[in-house]
Amino acid sequence: MAAETQAATPAAKAGGPNHGLRIFLIWIVLALAADLVLWFVLGPHIPPGRLGSAAQGQQFDNNVMIAMSAPVLVLVLVYFTYAIVVWRRRPGDDADGPPLHGHSRIQALWITVTSVMVLSLAAFGTYELIVPYGAGGGEGPSPIWNPPGAELTAAAQQRPWAPGHVLVVQVIGQQWRFTYRYPGLGGFETTELVLPVNTMIQFDVTSIDVIHSFWAYQLGVKADANPGVDNVAYTKTQHLGRVTVRCAELCGLWHGAMFNYGKVVTVPQFQAWASSTSVALADVTKLLPPYSTTYDPTEIAHLGPVLQKLGLTGAGGGYYPPQDPSQP
Amino acid sequence: MAIETEPGTTQHPGGGQPAGGAARRPWWMRPAIHTGLIGAVIGYAFGHWLGNLIASGYQQVGTSDQNDTAIVLGYLFMVIGWLAGLGVFNDLFKQMAGRRLAEAENGNGPGGLAQYFRFHLDHKVVGIQYLVGMIIYFCTAGLLAMGIRTELLSPVHHVFSSATYIEIVGEHGTMMMMLMTSVILGPFGNYLIPIMIGSKRVAYPRLEALSFWLTPAAFMILLSALLLGGFHMGWTGYPTLSIQDTSGADAYAFAFGLMGISMTLAGFNILVTVICYRAPGMRWSRLPMFVWGILGTAVMMALAAPVLSGGMYMLLTDRTVQTAFFTDQLGGSTYLWEDVFWFFGHPEVYILALPGFGIVCELLPVFTRKPLFGYKVAAAGMIGVTLLSFFVWQHHLFDSGINPDMRPLYMLTTEMISIPTGFIFLVGMGTLWKAKIRFTVPMLFCFAFFFNFLIGGISGVFNSDAPADVTEHGSFFVMAHFHYTIMGGLIFAFMGGCYYWLPKMMGIKLNEKLGYWHFWLMFLGFNSTFMPLFAVGWLGQPRRVFEYALRLQTLNDWVSISSYVLGFSILLFVINFVWSTVVTRVRETGNPWESRGLEWQIPSPPPAYNFEHVPVVLSGPYEYGSEGSEPVADLNPPVGVLAAAFSGSETARAEA
Amino acid sequence: MSLPVRVGTLLVAFLAVVGGAIFVVIHYLLAGPPTVDFTSQAAPGQPVHIVLQEAPQTTVSDRPDWVSYFIQDPASHQWVHTTLFKVPAGSMIDVTVLGYDGCTPLRNPFWGKISGTVGNVEYVNGKPTQVLNSWGECSVAHTFSIPGIGLNVPIASPTTLAANNNLCGTSPCTSGPHTTVTFSFKAPATPGSYFWQCRIPCGLGFLDGFGGPMQTIGYMTGEMEVAG
Repeated sequence: MAAETQAATPAAKAGGPNHGLRIFLIWIVLALAADLVLWFVLGPHIPPGRLGSAAQGQQFDNNVMIAMSAPVLVLVLVYFTYAIVVWRRRPGDDADGPPLHGHSRIQALWITVTSVMVLSLAAFGTYELIVPYGAGGGEGPSPIWNPPGAELTAAAQQRPWAPGHVLVVQVIGQQWRFTYRYPGLGGFETTELVLPVNTMIQFDVTSIDVIHSFWAYQLGVKADANPGVDNVAYTKTQHLGRVTVRCAELCGLWHGAMFNYGKVVTVPQFQAWASSTSVALADVTKLLPPYSTTYDPTEIAHLGPVLQKLGLTGAGGGYYPPQDPSQP
Repeated sequence: MAIETEPGTTQHPGGGQPAGGAARRPWWMRPAIHTGLIGAVIGYAFGHWLGNLIASGYQQVGTSDQNDTAIVLGYLFMVIGWLAGLGVFNDLFKQMAGRRLAEAENGNGPGGLAQYFRFHLDHKVVGIQYLVGMIIYFCTAGLLAMGIRTELLSPVHHVFSSATYIEIVGEHGTMMMMLMTSVILGPFGNYLIPIMIGSKRVAYPRLEALSFWLTPAAFMILLSALLLGGFHMGWTGYPTLSIQDTSGADAYAFAFGLMGISMTLAGFNILVTVICYRAPGMRWSRLPMFVWGILGTAVMMALAAPVLSGGMYMLLTDRTVQTAFFTDQLGGSTYLWEDVFWFFGHPEVYILALPGFGIVCELLPVFTRKPLFGYKVAAAGMIGVTLLSFFVWQHHLFDSGINPDMRPLYMLTTEMISIPTGFIFLVGMGTLWKAKIRFTVPMLFCFAFFFNFLIGGISGVFNSDAPADVTEHGSFFVMAHFHYTIMGGLIFAFMGGCYYWLPKMMGIKLNEKLGYWHFWLMFLGFNSTFMPLFAVGWLGQPRRVFEYALRLQTLNDWVSISSYVLGFSILLFVINFVWSTVVTRVRETGNPWESRGLEWQIPSPPPAYNFEHVPVVLSGPYEYGSEGSEPVADLNPPVGVLAAAFSGSETARAEA
Repeated sequence: MSLPVRVGTLLVAFLAVVGGAIFVVIHYLLAGPPTVDFTSQAAPGQPVHIVLQEAPQTTVSDRPDWVSYFIQDPASHQWVHTTLFKVPAGSMIDVTVLGYDGCTPLRNPFWGKISGTVGNVEYVNGKPTQVLNSWGECSVAHTFSIPGIGLNVPIASPTTLAANNNLCGTSPCTSGPHTTVTFSFKAPATPGSYFWQCRIPCGLGFLDGFGGPMQTIGYMTGEMEVAG
């Protein structure tokens, strides 16, 4: 390769306009312009917005990657356009092109530059993942990057919440609705997602049937709801506003219609909402199973006598017969 | 070392002896597609009966009104009956009985149209079978995509019911992802690889032919899901939804697992062929880039596809005999499926990308009239992608809660894979430097490949970044990304390959004017369809939904209308293909592209056994522009040279 | 083969493909149960009366063991095996559900709470009820839930062991132990289709009880089309 390259290089440089310089100049101008426009004009509007701290981090990540990839995109496009315009075959010219087999310096430069870019992007992404506590993604039952005050056991999560502390919201996915349980506020379950502003929110996402994915778009949170798994995600609410919640994992017939809206309100409004909801739902709250990080509806603690006589031991649907051992 | 057969004997696909003399039975008595269909019907009836015998007493079968065991056993025996009817096992039994195998059929002169409907051991016949099959599969799945876009014209008014919509989405995704794995390896790989490496045959013609005849079975079984009420979990088939689903999910799992077997066989055959059947002088450094690309694909297929078949088998046992691999209450885990599926699923994405890399690297030198820039870099890129593809699969699971502490690692490996991918761009750009570009239809598809793959690749970097992926995962952003790499990469390369190699494979040139129309409509339609979907996804539209935000209707309508243009362009291709090959049949037997490729040095279509003599390769395939460079191969080497080559003498080979 | 033969074969193949595609689209992709129309019966400003029944079996279909809802046609008073109905936007809807099926525990007891109806109340055999405990007693057969408007009404079941062993055997049910549940809700003002579902795991033989009839339109889930 080296020998071929050296033989080929002079031929490449001999005579004609300096194509490399031209391409470089066009590229540098366009790339700079593109980056400036993208960063300053488009940047503040890049999804998913800034309602949650995780969302803001993702927006920053997107912007950094846009700024980094735009020059690459422009380089390749400029090069190809230049090649198509300048190096097309002229009519009647059936000769072959110059026999270049490679250029070791260009190749080394390309490999070095792409490697450095890629490795620095990976380092940047890792930093952006660790510092904002998982950046809003689901981190499983035992995340290693936790904000101060995060509670990971069911017992600790049930301690009464006070403003300024981490608010634990349990998200329960079921076909085809998310419900929300607030263990620090009496453990009521509701279909409404209401959050206090300027508060670190800890979502404990789980499912009682198939896999769903809790996607609170404006908050920058997405966490799969797996049956039997407590999937934790963090974000901090930064403004008042509306939150769109959609299921982002195909969960059956009405997956496409599995969405609802939440809202971020002031702390006093939130406390007022919590106490009134807690009262309104008191009759059903006492029927709920004890608060837990995951639920198994096939094992019901206090089945009524009639249900037992009927042989109904759980809400399993009878796919696996009830006599099957729960742990083989 | 490169070839294992003695030069004196003719190489017969399948290793059969030139027995001859076997009396020809009438066509309807000989195994072909019609006997296969009869076998399939008998097999299904038997399997269904057996399944009812075994499982109709299950409590679960009684209450659910469906017997998955009967359906799965029906499919199993249907496939066995189909293969038996096609005569796949005939030689096996003959050999066990100690009888001599009849000569492979292509030795008996031209077989006419009928040979394409039979289990045929000639790789050239299999290649054409694959080509026609893949076009049919692609168009079927493409029509389903039109259905998806029709439904998404309006966020509130529905053309299909939500169940039908998910069925269509699942059928489209599964059909594309399982069958399009072989869209280039099947037709072009099987047909051209032996010719490109100077071999008269492939290593395992029976496995190769079997790999093809499994694809129509997989295709029909997947479509039969519609008869069973469809399946409703998309192409990823995540449990527990796929265990919960009605019987259509059996068709999904069985078809996908069957296609996994087909992929494994096809990959294994190509792998051994490339390693062991290269002609003398076909060193690794002279291997055409297309062969490198297919070799990498074959490695991934042979190693990743068995995992898929295993996973599908587990899903089928969960659905039929109530094992609990994926049910958390009984000790299973949905994460197990996600791991197994994506351990196949991510190499698969590169199974769908590498052949495209191979085709553009193969075509660029021909139409720039220059040697490939950085041959070793290109080969290293293909090898790098192949190896790295096995270490990135959990980036599909960044938000799933599995291994959250491993996210930085998978972020790193995923971003690293853009280094070898970048090599292909370096090679492409270097090859264009001071070139004399000929804007033929195949070359236009190469340019489009680079444009599309550039956008697909860069958007992939966004997805690989775990924080940014939180928003993009499961949204239309990801959907646009992989359509850019697969449709924009693989299918554009496939189309380029069709225009480039059809004169070789069929001796017929496609209509060029229609080709230009096809290209421009497809290129513009494709970008107009999928570019806005990045925005749609970023703005919050998840995949596989039939209802979406009202404010996204304009974008979605734009996309839907563009998709009709895209669909029309594919229709133009089909018209061109059928019109040129069936009606006009303009012969093109020479070397229309003035290519140096070994495959173009022999007549089109190639004669039986490709080469009269095993050729001796003299130089690389891309030596354009060098005055006095040697011809690519000596097709009629002196006997002494060949003998020396086969004796293993390195010097003789080098000198040759 | 000669050119006319080739072109002829091509034409036949083309027609076969197009015909096959049209057949599949019409018979499999566009097929579905009928829609019961309540828009023409309703006088303006008057409430719409909808009568449903849930039957433990669907002997009228090829899935006899699946549970199913039936809707009474307002004109002919015949039971229709469908779950699609159409109501005028913004109208008051009075619903009567005849619950012929036995009880099953909910997967999430939260859905024992009645919500989205007028007064957040349902009437079980005339008795106002706000919450039903499906985990402690045999009280809930199915639910009628429209998540898009926050409606959730558990349909009470016949509460005794004897009743559960004596369910009606042919569908639609005309006799046998049953409850009569009535409630009213206001249809949304925005036209569109709103899906409704049952939250009881009544897809017996399916994992989590949520397959089969639970995910097949015409059985335990359907759509309320709100006409403008």
